[in-house]
Amino acid sequence: MKMVVTAEGRDLDAPVDPRFGRCEWFISVNSDSMEFDCSANSAVNSSQGAGIQAAQFVVDSQAEALVTGHVGPNAFQVIDASGIKIYDGTGLTVKQAIEHLKNGRLTEIVQAGPAHAGMKRK
Amino acid sequence: MIISVLSGKGGTGKTTVATNLAWSGSKTAYIDCDVEEPNGFLFLKPAIEQTEKVNVMVPSIDKDSCLACGQCAKWCQFNALAQTKNTLLSFLQLCHGCGLCALVCPEGAITEVPREIGIIEKGQFNNNNEFIHGILKTGEPIAVPVINRIIEKIPELTADFIIVDCPPGSSCAVIAAVEKSNFCLLVTEPTPFGLHDLQIAVNLVRTLNISAGVVINKADSGSEMIRSYCEAEGIPVLMELPFSKGVARTYSTGKLLVQEDLLLRQEFQDLMARLEGVVS
Repeated sequence: MKMVVTAEGRDLDAPVDPRFGRCEWFISVNSDSMEFDCSANSAVNSSQGAGIQAAQFVVDSQAEALVTGHVGPNAFQVIDASGIKIYDGTGLTVKQAIEHLKNGRLTEIVQAGPAHAGMKRK
Repeated sequence: MIISVLSGKGGTGKTTVATNLAWSGSKTAYIDCDVEEPNGFLFLKPAIEQTEKVNVMVPSIDKDSCLACGQCAKWCQFNALAQTKNTLLSFLQLCHGCGLCALVCPEGAITEVPREIGIIEKGQFNNNNEFIHGILKTGEPIAVPVINRIIEKIPELTADFIIVDCPPGSSCAVIAAVEKSNFCLLVTEPTPFGLHDLQIAVNLVRTLNISAGVVINKADSGSEMIRSYCEAEGIPVLMELPFSKGVARTYSTGKLLVQEDLLLRQEFQDLMARLEGVVS
């Protein structure tokens, strides 16, 4: 299965970035082969609608699942309308999150969180 | 001559300076571009004569002709459109009305329709001084179209001096308000935050190539910090308004300082004269 994980670094050992729209990196992983590639999130610097832009990236990548932390209302709408499932990978590395997802141990995010959650400085 | 009053930091006294200054000149207009919270009217008490709506032209998508090709979403730099697997989603609050989506749609499925985001009110204060302010609807995230509409009205005014009360911060909304100005008055307060945001405001006006002077509001023993920064940067300090309970009391009752305090009236008249000198 192809999935996109928001990450604070560029490889599978990086922590899952709990921000969605303004996450640092997107890691696209094939969960069967564990092959992955990494893209910088171009929405980080958008003045508005970062969540929508990031969601468009996930939709265009044809992933079946997204692992992240907080998804705001607009981004949620875009991802939900594309039939992509969203999972909470907060506190895990990308690799752990994928293993957990395969074992059915990740919680599905079924409703949007507050808007602009990722605007806070870490 | 257009003089904008900005600050970087909120709450430093932009409106206090702008309204009192506007009252101190004979042919002076006051324009409130702080459209999220326009409050200059509380002090100038204008008689409103004209109201007009501000619309943004937003896309209306004909679902029958739309092929879901995603071109419109791809080109929208404001992220107001998103192409999901089967449908196009629009987030019209984010739309700036540039019209690019309609241009790039290969099927002609997008028409532009007006969407009201605020109003502009025009009137007079202090007998015959011109007044304009904009009011952004509650919940609307984008102030720039309302500000642009106000700025477009400036050529219609007859005043010699136009005082523009800007939004706080240094974002697009401030740039829209400041862009056409001949001079910027930067209002600051003698705190580390005041100085920090003053530096951002100075960068902003330098980038726009507009000359500027500083007003130190709530001036106290900390003002030296601001003065030495201004001296090092070659920016004139044009006025210092002392920290005073009397000023705060007058402000909190919606009165102008120049109506209540003869000394301050003189200060503002001097500032007006200095601006006339600096700008011309």
